Amino acid sequence: MIPLAWYLVFSIALFCIGLFGVLSRKNAVVILMGIELMLNAVNINLIAFWRYFFAGSSQQEPTRALAFVAIVFVAAAAEAAVGLALIISAYRRRETVVAEDMNLLKG
Amino acid sequence: MILQIFFLIVALVTLVSAFLVVTARGLMHSALWLVLALFGVAVLFAFLEASFFAVVQVLVYIGAIAILIIFAVMLTRRTKDDSGARLIKGWWVAMLASLALFAGLVVAMSTWPGFQIGPGAGPDPAILPQFGMDLVDPNKYAIPFEVASILLLAALVGAIYIAAGRKEGKG
Repeated sequence: MIPLAWYLVFSIALFCIGLFGVLSRKNAVVILMGIELMLNAVNINLIAFWRYFFAGSSQQEPTRALAFVAIVFVAAAAEAAVGLALIISAYRRRETVVAEDMNLLKG
Repeated sequence: MILQIFFLIVALVTLVSAFLVVTARGLMHSALWLVLALFGVAVLFAFLEASFFAVVQVLVYIGAIAILIIFAVMLTRRTKDDSGARLIKGWWVAMLASLALFAGLVVAMSTWPGFQIGPGAGPDPAILPQFGMDLVDPNKYAIPFEVASILLLAALVGAIYIAAGRKEGKG
């Protein structure tokens, strides 16, 4: 039997690793990867709370948490598509993927 | 007991590969470590008896997002990027902030009485058909579901518009 604490500590650790990547890396593609890790940590948290508190009970709407997770998935997919398109567009104009060099609105 | 050992192995592999994502030297290595970390998260979804989301994780994250990231890595590849400094100058501030957030969240969570709770009753096998019905039920999640689909459509159209090159002389 795995206590809820293990999942929570795991997702906190995953979130903090992703946060470190977002804050410290220069490359914009790796920053996006860090954001993906953080979104995954959130999903683990949501599913863990669903499994431990709501999955088996019939009066607490067990599908509510699943709807949350589905929408986080959709948001992650949309974010990855738009973010990578922006990086490719910026690379085409400025020949760089380093976040520090992307400092102009007009290419 | 065997479940706990298996959980610890999966969690350790996932965290180590997540750490390698943010510290690996080559961008392509980062992307491949990201695939391993996403697989670990999918295994944890299976542990939590969320079979549907374990499959969705493999399909959407590994099948689509990771491939998209690998495409972006290959389209923006320069040999110079791999040799220069890959962390910003004040990376230790970011490390301290992340560690402080980790410690703060763990301490805050451990004061919560439900922290050490064991799992409740498992999900009813009929929850997946129920979930599918609820997503299109106007009294439940039909509106969030439709908003999410419009968000995804708008994001994909926008992504194609942004990433597609302008014609020479026009843009």
